[in-house]
Amino acid sequence: MKLYGKYLAMLLKSQLTYKASFVMTAVGQFFVSFTAFLGVFFLFSRFHEVEGFIFAEVLLCFSIILAAFSLAECFARGFDVFPRLIRTGDLDRILLRPRNVVFQVLTSNMDFTRLGRLLQAGLMLAYALPVSGIVWTADKLFGLGMMLLGGTATFIALFILYAGISFFTIDGIEFMNIFTDGAREFGKYPFSIYGEGVLKLLTYVIPLALFQYYPLLYLIGRSDDIRLLFLPLAGFVFLLPCYAVFRLGLRKYKSTGS
Amino acid sequence: MKAYLSFFRIRFLAGLQYRTAAWAGIATQFAWGGMNLLMYAAFYKTGADAFPMEFAALSDYIWLQQAFLALFMTWYFDGEILDAVVTGSVAYELCRPADLYAMWFVKGLAVRTSRALLRFAPILLVAVFLPAPYSLGLPAGPLAALLFVFSMALGLCVIVALSMLIYISAFYTVSPLGVRVLAGTLMEFFAGGVLPLPFFPDALRTILYALPFASIQNTPFLIYTGHLRSREALLELLLQAVWLVLLVALGRFWMRRAIRRTVVQGG
Repeated sequence: MKLYGKYLAMLLKSQLTYKASFVMTAVGQFFVSFTAFLGVFFLFSRFHEVEGFIFAEVLLCFSIILAAFSLAECFARGFDVFPRLIRTGDLDRILLRPRNVVFQVLTSNMDFTRLGRLLQAGLMLAYALPVSGIVWTADKLFGLGMMLLGGTATFIALFILYAGISFFTIDGIEFMNIFTDGAREFGKYPFSIYGEGVLKLLTYVIPLALFQYYPLLYLIGRSDDIRLLFLPLAGFVFLLPCYAVFRLGLRKYKSTGS
Repeated sequence: MKAYLSFFRIRFLAGLQYRTAAWAGIATQFAWGGMNLLMYAAFYKTGADAFPMEFAALSDYIWLQQAFLALFMTWYFDGEILDAVVTGSVAYELCRPADLYAMWFVKGLAVRTSRALLRFAPILLVAVFLPAPYSLGLPAGPLAALLFVFSMALGLCVIVALSMLIYISAFYTVSPLGVRVLAGTLMEFFAGGVLPLPFFPDALRTILYALPFASIQNTPFLIYTGHLRSREALLELLLQAVWLVLLVALGRFWMRRAIRRTVVQGG
């Protein structure tokens, strides 16, 4: 853990070396998600609600998923760019060192410019918290925290899965993006609006709805079942099969030789 | 002219090599388009009268957008060109007996058309056979189909002319990454990549329709769906052409100035 802190400080320092560039990129990241926000805003100024969800409720949803995604992307960036580690042969170097592989991949890359997005998520949350009309009792705040934690875990799991699959394909597989970037993009609305089929897929196969849609129902008072608040824990359970795929890939790994 | 044609051919053939990537791209774009339509369907259920166009027309718009994503992508900038400017190897290109602006322009055209050619057909084909309101319909008429083709060509030239401005700006900034991310994002938004332009609030939409970004993909798609009728369509086509001429003129002028300023050091 102490070593992790050292790595963190080191990467942060190295990225802050070019301050202007760092700020510009972070601002760019901010704008990327800001246009997404404007898209939602314009749609709501036209329609006012979607499937009974009002603007503030959707913003709550949007900010959670965006925050979870940017946290995961910031700290698990190593897995996101993992195909590059394989292609360049950097993974061989990692395997030679007497340390846990996951730990080393995590510390190989962190991208703090992604926190520009986190800022955006924070702003939206700050707006949505009072406007949503929810009385923020302790259980609901707890639920909010659970959504954030579970969401971050789920996205990290997806990044690990992505890295694991790239063992077999060498190159990155663009299709996985639909579950990472796509989840961020489409998760700004509660997943139920995409219909029964999509909701089932995101409940039973990839647990994206478990930290987003179901706890949200409790937060906005559509459901009284407090058990919904514990569903985000599935994100941590989801880490296991994703890690298993990664291990499997690692065992089969042959260097590309470059 | 012949030199540029063969330059186009080289780039075009190189682009056609990436077939596996194209398949992955097709699958992704298909899922992306589908999710988008489901989302708009939910909004349609809530307030059909607030919808700015027929749902079937929106389906056309979304599928065309996904199918021709590679043609009109606003966030794509040629890494080779930017590197050439940043590292200074652009000096070699300046030595060639060809016009730099035209060469880069042709390169942009070639990369985009080759990528789009690999992708668009399967997406359109599947989209045509989807169940009714979600499917891709036929163009609004034979005239619309013809104007659509012209408008697509103009739109492609407009986005290439716009990205030329970004390349030229790299002569002035050392690290073009920030500018690139920002420009790509804003252009995507104003071109209707995040939210189709007909969905924008009325006042804003009027302004956006006049800007060059609407000339990229919005105009051809709206011609296809019949949202823009013959007379309007012709006017929009004219607007596209005017923007193209202006952007190319600006790009050429700016490039001449940038190059005059550039000092190539030896070594």
